[in-house]
Amino acid sequence: MNKIWIIAQREFLSRVQKKTFLLTTILLPVVIFGLYGLIIYFAVKTADNYKVAIADNASLFGGKIESKDDIKFEFVKDETINSLKEKVAKKELDGYVYVPKGFDATKGDTISFVSGKTVGLMNRQEIQKRIDNAMQERKLLTSLNINKKELDSLQHSNEIKFATVEGKEENDTKVGISYGVGYVSGFLIYIILFIYGTMVMRGVMEEKTNRIAEVIISSVKPFQLMMGKITGIGAVGLVQFLIWITLTISLRVGMVLLFPSVAESNPSISAATHAINEAKNSGAMNSILGGLSDVNFPVIVGCFVFYFLGGYLLYSSLFAAVGSAVNEDPQDAQSLLLPITMPIIFGIVIMTKAVNDPTCGLAVFGSLFPLTSPIVMMARIPFGVPNTVPYWQLGLSMALLIGGFLCTTWVSAKIYRVGILMYGKKTTWKEMWKWAWRKN
Amino acid sequence: MASILQLHNLKKHYASQKAVDDISFDIEQGSIFGLLGPNGAGKTTLLRMITGIFYPDSGSITFDGRAFDPENDIIKIGYMPEERGLYKKMKIGEQAVYLAQLKGLSKTEALQKVRFWFKRLEMETWWHKKVEDLSKGMSQKLQFLITVLHEPKLIILDEPFSGLDPVNANLIKDEIYGLAQRGSTIIFSTHRMEQVEEICDHIVLVNLGKKILDGTVADVKQQFKENKFSIKLAGIPAIVEDKAYEIIDQRANEFIMKINEGYKSNDVLQHFIGQDITIESFNEILPTLNDIFIHLVEGTKSVTRAFEKQS
Repeated sequence: MNKIWIIAQREFLSRVQKKTFLLTTILLPVVIFGLYGLIIYFAVKTADNYKVAIADNASLFGGKIESKDDIKFEFVKDETINSLKEKVAKKELDGYVYVPKGFDATKGDTISFVSGKTVGLMNRQEIQKRIDNAMQERKLLTSLNINKKELDSLQHSNEIKFATVEGKEENDTKVGISYGVGYVSGFLIYIILFIYGTMVMRGVMEEKTNRIAEVIISSVKPFQLMMGKITGIGAVGLVQFLIWITLTISLRVGMVLLFPSVAESNPSISAATHAINEAKNSGAMNSILGGLSDVNFPVIVGCFVFYFLGGYLLYSSLFAAVGSAVNEDPQDAQSLLLPITMPIIFGIVIMTKAVNDPTCGLAVFGSLFPLTSPIVMMARIPFGVPNTVPYWQLGLSMALLIGGFLCTTWVSAKIYRVGILMYGKKTTWKEMWKWAWRKN
Repeated sequence: MASILQLHNLKKHYASQKAVDDISFDIEQGSIFGLLGPNGAGKTTLLRMITGIFYPDSGSITFDGRAFDPENDIIKIGYMPEERGLYKKMKIGEQAVYLAQLKGLSKTEALQKVRFWFKRLEMETWWHKKVEDLSKGMSQKLQFLITVLHEPKLIILDEPFSGLDPVNANLIKDEIYGLAQRGSTIIFSTHRMEQVEEICDHIVLVNLGKKILDGTVADVKQQFKENKFSIKLAGIPAIVEDKAYEIIDQRANEFIMKINEGYKSNDVLQHFIGQDITIESFNEILPTLNDIFIHLVEGTKSVTRAFEKQS
């Protein structure tokens, strides 16, 4: 036990003290958020004070176009195309719409928008939408011959509320947020398995190609060496993730302070874009906050840590076994890795189904089977424990994961102790299988 | 003297062959013991069993008077395997301390011992260097240091001099003698017979997984002697031939001869003294270990076996 600890310490320190570790750990979130910040900054900046003149000689809009914040519409009279052009050239205006007398959209006449510079995509959509709305409203009012109030009451859409039989009301945003959180956590586990699994594999390969394995094996048991490595690298992973999470949160807070308007419309930039879109459509910001508070974050975080560790331990020992079987040529690793990467990829495939239908048979199977459960279960948990994931499933899944991890470690340790001392020729899965079941 | 290590009927089988097939021998405390054999003879497997890396299929090992317990006895053993290396990116000092800790020394103890040995082998300035910056000979020296720094009772060295220049080889050789004098027992595995002849007290030769020779270097040589002598005379005698011996080789007035069965060296001397020729020297020629090794191993399938083992 003590020796595992010494080995884990070295594995941890030798990685954490590397410059690349600091670089990836600290720089990565900074770069990502820096890019985000820049994008948002420019998005916010370019949108302000776009001045558009409307010369409506056919009274298409009835003098009313939604004119707020970023894009201002101004109705002008007695302007000719030339005088408007001049104003654009003098930068008094950013653009204009000239509707000639006798304009009739039903006869195929089109409105053209003339601007000094090319209009950006966002502004273009916004202008199109507002002009369309104004024209439609005008048409409806005149053809139906009703007033504005009556029209509004006609257009009011009816919201449907979804509820379960237990009487618990579920709003759309909650499902949306669960979808987002589930997707992201499943994907994170997937990435973790790969990053740290291959890190373990490369560590083992390094020991083997450096010929240090036998020197160490003469003082510690192969199992201790393997477990020490897995523990040390697991600790690196945890620390790296903690740093990422803290950095992400603090950067998010920082960004909210810098761009309050962004924070308002974007409470969870990465996690719940789906939910946000839905919320935007219904126009109810409050429901997002309600949805977020409905999602049980302590349970999600707790389960995330459990499945992170469980999945990592399960797979890293397999990666270690492969690393021990590989010789100098890293190409060999590719073919040996295939049987390990397959279940991880299956996990991702099942997960994409599970986030859409978290109670379907495949999702339940995937969240119980230990090789896929870390990924699939993390995608289901945000939908609610015990609503979507009953306690028995969660318990069984965890028990199976622990069992699976003990099992793979046991098998891997046997492969490892033979493989680490084997030099020269290429190893096949068949041989590794034999090593696993050979005594001593 | 008491035995430090006794092997009793050790056997280890791999799927296709018997790597170690019923080997027993004793090693005396404080001796320098040579374990010899061609490639693929089973030496490495044998050493791995002695160091607790492998368990024997059958047979037992007695270490220091008790049944060998790898878990606790490992600190009393220092093993320098043939396939050896170090972490390339790690600083040498830290690395030595780390490996000493893995042996079971506490951190302060490890640090103190490493410092002592670095000073002794004049390596103090290397402390902060990385292994990748070292030459092959330097890393060999470091490897030796790591093996012996906890002054184990049993030191196992597999080809310890490969890659060392004569100066460093002598330095290491002196350290080996020193360790033996202080009570450590050394098992020395090599193909270099002249080194064995020079260093070892006792040798065991294994081939095809079996022990084929066991004894002190002098005994073995006696056992394989072919009654060859060299004689140097003041001049060429009139009658060279005699029924007591056969001349094998002649260089000027020096003769190499084999004494025939039923005759003694005195018969030869008498033959020449009778002719009144001055005998300048008369020596018995003992076979070298190299000759014995080749004689015993040649013609067996050891080479083919070495290749089979790989597959």
